[in-house]
Amino acid sequence: MKNNVNATLSRIKYGRKQRSSRWNCLIVILCLLVMAAFSITLSLGQSFTSPTEVLKVLLGENVPGASFVVGHLRLPRAVISLLVGMSFGMAGVAFQIMLRNPLASPDIIGVSSGTTAAAVFAIIVLNMDGASVAFFSIVMGLLVAISIYALSYRNGAAGTRLILIGIGVSAMIESGIVYLLSQAPAWDRQEALRWLSGSVNSAQLHQALPLLISLLLFGGLLLSRTRDIEALRMGDDTAQSLGVRVGVTRIIVITSSVGLIAVGASITGPIAFVAFLSGPIAMRLIQNNGSLIIPSGLIGACLVMMGDYIGQFLLTSRYPVGVVTGALGAPYLIYLIIRVNRKGGSL
Amino acid sequence: MIRTRFRKGPVTRPIALVILFVILIALCFSSIAIGTRNVSWQEILGALQGQMNTMGEAAVTMRLPRTVLAVVAGSALGLSGALMQSVTRNPLADPGILGVNIGAAFFVVIGLAWFGINQLQSYVWLAILGAGITAIFVYFISSLGLGRPTPLKFALAGAATSAALSSFTVAVVLPRNDIAGGANSWQMGGVGGATFDSIQLVLPFLLIGFLMSAVVAKKLNSLALGDDVAAGLGENVAWTRGIAWLSAVLLCGATTAICGPIGFVGLVIPHLCRLLVGVDNRWLLVFSALGGACLLLIADITGRIISRPSELSVGVVTAFIGAPFFIWIVRRQRVKEL
Amino acid sequence: MTLKHQLILDNLTAGYRDKTILKNINIDISPGQITSIIGANACGKSTLLRTMSRLLTPYKGQVLLDGKSIHNAPTRQLAQTLGLLPQSPIAPEGITVGDLVSRGRHPHHGLMSRWSKTDDEAVAKALETTKTTELLDREVDELSGGQRQRVWIAMALAQETDILLLDEPTTFLDVAHQIEVLDLLVELNQSRGTTIVLVLHDLNLASRYSDQLIAMQQGQIFASGTPELVVTEDIIHTVFGLHSHIISDPISGAPMVLPIGRHKRVTSP
Repeated sequence: MKNNVNATLSRIKYGRKQRSSRWNCLIVILCLLVMAAFSITLSLGQSFTSPTEVLKVLLGENVPGASFVVGHLRLPRAVISLLVGMSFGMAGVAFQIMLRNPLASPDIIGVSSGTTAAAVFAIIVLNMDGASVAFFSIVMGLLVAISIYALSYRNGAAGTRLILIGIGVSAMIESGIVYLLSQAPAWDRQEALRWLSGSVNSAQLHQALPLLISLLLFGGLLLSRTRDIEALRMGDDTAQSLGVRVGVTRIIVITSSVGLIAVGASITGPIAFVAFLSGPIAMRLIQNNGSLIIPSGLIGACLVMMGDYIGQFLLTSRYPVGVVTGALGAPYLIYLIIRVNRKGGSL
Repeated sequence: MIRTRFRKGPVTRPIALVILFVILIALCFSSIAIGTRNVSWQEILGALQGQMNTMGEAAVTMRLPRTVLAVVAGSALGLSGALMQSVTRNPLADPGILGVNIGAAFFVVIGLAWFGINQLQSYVWLAILGAGITAIFVYFISSLGLGRPTPLKFALAGAATSAALSSFTVAVVLPRNDIAGGANSWQMGGVGGATFDSIQLVLPFLLIGFLMSAVVAKKLNSLALGDDVAAGLGENVAWTRGIAWLSAVLLCGATTAICGPIGFVGLVIPHLCRLLVGVDNRWLLVFSALGGACLLLIADITGRIISRPSELSVGVVTAFIGAPFFIWIVRRQRVKEL
Repeated sequence: MTLKHQLILDNLTAGYRDKTILKNINIDISPGQITSIIGANACGKSTLLRTMSRLLTPYKGQVLLDGKSIHNAPTRQLAQTLGLLPQSPIAPEGITVGDLVSRGRHPHHGLMSRWSKTDDEAVAKALETTKTTELLDREVDELSGGQRQRVWIAMALAQETDILLLDEPTTFLDVAHQIEVLDLLVELNQSRGTTIVLVLHDLNLASRYSDQLIAMQQGQIFASGTPELVVTEDIIHTVFGLHSHIISDPISGAPMVLPIGRHKRVTSP
């Protein structure tokens, strides 16, 4: 009997060790991928810059020819892509886990469109720019998220209702955006359209600061709640009986995700489907070997950098990254809908 | 033999029908009379007789086609929504939620950009095709797998498909400055640019749609009890469903082709009508058509009034009326049924 | 066993926003015993259990655990004493049994605390008790209904609470698996002294497996006490609207309900 218990114990321990070592291993691989994408963005473009030259530029040396291309064109692009991708990836997966539905990512249920509409409004009507656009869209995004939450609150906020109401609100907001665009002058409109589909074309290095702050603040908040968020995957009732304060956790998830999305979207526009795609991809890779938030952030970063690279150099005309991720996301989305319906399953 | 009671609420259905009809006529009249320019009675009467002597009469003559279009399009959308809700037994079925509008828009934009199609005749077909394919696609993917397609699966499939399609649309439009303006104004959804010629173009499609819906109305009543029961009652389920779908798609596709995407009419109106006349489809479809026409007229008039001297397009107005209504429906439903 | 925890429902009125379901419920849950809540459909059984497990906040009155209201207590701390197995818990896709059961240790961990030997032992013990050790590395999705229910109970056990509430743990199970689950609960009650409260549909099983019964009718407690006191022809008639004949269960001696109904078999075999 005693032996038996010991055997069980070691099996449990083994399973746990295996899970965590798989997780660590995958994180390392993902980090390497991110670094690879980052260095490709830095060294490969219209012209090739050798890694040593790139390194010299990064260390602050003045390399004729390379300094401008790498330091002014490619570096801001790479840095902003990385940070925005991480923000979207983390925010998306947190929402998907919270609502136990991979289709319930912020870009589908209206949170993203809320921040977008606010930003469009700020740019076109209020003539704002830079930090004030970001601030305005964070506040509006939060307001939209809170009103979706409040509207779906009835005998407790049911996830299903939250998703549906999100879709309704987002339909309303989108028609508002269409209206705003129609009032804008033609040049603004094309510019706004480009911006609406998400692009890192106008990335500048100083924009990295707000992104970094929001990642540390909101991302950190999400990470500190990893365990509670994970417990939500077993249903609200089970989570609550395990001592998770479901309401508090929900509010934390909503606030930090909206924060991450709004700051990101105010700089690059809502890059289509990054928030939506990262979580399920992370899920496929990680399975149940650990938390999904960090992996999903890394995958988001990869998606944005690769999508941007494809849109820049591999297609006939130059497309903003959001169009590429949108097109990449579509087939996956259909696959996901079919799969979710078949299994009736969660993320 | 037990006699079933017809009456539900304070008025009988025929009386309600008459009242609705009167409201519709009154709205038509307001739509002709109200606008940026104030017109007198004489001018309205004159214009209706075909005179075009004063500025006022000219303005009224301009308002005639848009009024007709609002009536036709509104009734088509209301009817199409009622049909879709009956066929799918799904309270959230609506051309907008299904992504039909975006599907039509996508096809039209492709036609504009790649095939140089700029004639209304050709892109009516494209819009109907796009609407039809998207509607069937969304319904198909939401009904794959276990269980019936719940409103949740349905709305998510529609929203997700719309998101994907609009991203494709942007991809097509972005490199083409020349078509961006046209595509954008079309996407607003409006009846303002209507001419009798353009209405004539889609009228055949709409008439076929109306006729087909009249044929299936009664059969849809048995379908409401579930496929198995309907089959047990001797109804050809697949046939009924197919015809109803086809007519719904024709109606909303043709409407979308001339008006651009107009959301929520097909969602709001059937629900309101159901409160009024109950679930008998023979009545419901008629009321939904009339109600849709009224709503679209109201939206058009409202759009003209609130942002004078410019206009707010109907698509925007219906979204702002419809979305709160959508939320109300969702809140009313019990969570389990979602 | 150490000091038993006291769960007292004090003048409880609860429900959902549109309507009140429970009215003025007063009852003490007997510590260390198995209590079943029975009643007709929609009489408030599940609502009572949900209120008891703080999933639902009452309008009036309170649920007292050792004299303190559970709706004000810190959730994590409470979750170390009071466990609940909801009616339809959701297993994350592809999760293994070992992983799922380990998640029952959630309330014993703070923000930073690391997994310890105690945790492993609790999980091992839960697996042993529910005889699911063999399933350790299997995925929850691929288990049979009975196995899956045992695994969920194992998760609740790993939580190591002195009180365990279960909402219809036997629905969707066939007779053999129902018995298996109930036997498991009795063993748990006997070996660990766990106080168990469950909602049960099957009257005869409730009567056989419980120390105490709570019979509910229209949101109120109609009768409570030992099965012998509660399962009588009168009470069954009032609570379920069913005419019946009560005999003594030939296997366990507990009272057993034989419904009378209007039709009997017409032809003899």
